[in-house]
Amino acid sequence: MSADHSSMKLVATLGGIAVFSGLLLSLTYEITKPMIAKNESEALEAAVFEVLPGAVTRENYLLDDVGLQKVGEGSSREANLYAGINEAGERVGFALSGEARGYADVVRVLYGYNPETQQVVGLRVLSSNETPGLGDRIEKDPAFQENFTALDASLAHEITTVKNGEKTEPWQIDGISGATVSSKAIGKALRDSTHEWVPQLHAALEGSLE
Amino acid sequence: MSAKEPETMTLETFTQGLWKDNPVFVMLLGLCPALAVTNSALNALAMGLATTFVLICSGLLVSLLRNVIPKQVRIASYIIIIATFVTMADYGIKAISLELYKALGAFIQLIVVNCIILGRAEAYASKQKPLKSMINGAGMGLGFTLALLSLGVVREILGSGTVFGMQVMPDRFQTWSVFVLPPGGFFVLACWLMLFTWIRERKSKQEAI
Repeated sequence: MSADHSSMKLVATLGGIAVFSGLLLSLTYEITKPMIAKNESEALEAAVFEVLPGAVTRENYLLDDVGLQKVGEGSSREANLYAGINEAGERVGFALSGEARGYADVVRVLYGYNPETQQVVGLRVLSSNETPGLGDRIEKDPAFQENFTALDASLAHEITTVKNGEKTEPWQIDGISGATVSSKAIGKALRDSTHEWVPQLHAALEGSLE
Repeated sequence: MSAKEPETMTLETFTQGLWKDNPVFVMLLGLCPALAVTNSALNALAMGLATTFVLICSGLLVSLLRNVIPKQVRIASYIIIIATFVTMADYGIKAISLELYKALGAFIQLIVVNCIILGRAEAYASKQKPLKSMINGAGMGLGFTLALLSLGVVREILGSGTVFGMQVMPDRFQTWSVFVLPPGGFFVLACWLMLFTWIRERKSKQEAI
């Protein structure tokens, strides 16, 4: 190719390819969107049961300034927390979500909160992009998961992530060495989310008890 | 790779990537995903097929546009084309299974910078006819998938005692966790490379005689 062709041609080629790419991508996005949404809602259902030990059915709730309202299936309003009901029909706790910036991307978690004991009783990472083999251990590491069977979330103390092996208090999370940023992200997600929701939830629960 | 390509399409167009120029075992390209996501046979297969999809589609498009793209912006153009198909594969995998999507993680997006694909675009698709480029891309992709599967199956058997999630080893079998961890990838890859090099050298010695 000779050197005398204008830079217009370069711009036009790149622009043309970019427009074509955009078309292809928006098409793919539209086609896969409902499938991805369905997958995500199924994963959410499984996650709710996992973070609330004993739960067998789920009730959707919307918690806002008005108070705690039940959201039926197929309702246009989006639920922001979920109650887990055990086989005896008792409510075992609420599943709430939280998020914080991790090492690679935002880490989203779902955790079970028991209003009676004011404890976090289970945690599951909903989505993360942490480094395989290092940061992604927050999802599976059994010793790390052990932190969330009875984590004090009473707001009298801040939930904090400490170095591996230095956990001494019930509101501390024993971090994973080699996954410091990711462990801290979980701590921050829980801290921010409990600060926001726990007072509201307790206020709403007291209001509903006559 | 730089050898002159024959004008007509032969079986070699397809099999080149499977054996003679196998991207992983012969050219040692794309080792990052080959080591990272082969901790189970399923992950390896999904990664291989996603890469094959991108290879075929980008091969077609690059080949169709080979006389249109000015050479100054060819790499930029290839990258946009490749990134488009990678993002499509990304959405597709997310729609098929969230579990799988999570297991593969960032490595799907990283197909964009997989040197096998850019290498094919630059060295092959930009000089050859569309159909030929697609077939060659398919061969390369399947070669890559096979290589990933060879790694994934061995690592899953030794590391978890299963193949595609099905138990194949007796219950007494003590799993070697190291094989599903990163070092296991290096061990298994090295063993396969040893085997392949040995076979190749034996073959060339026989031909010399």
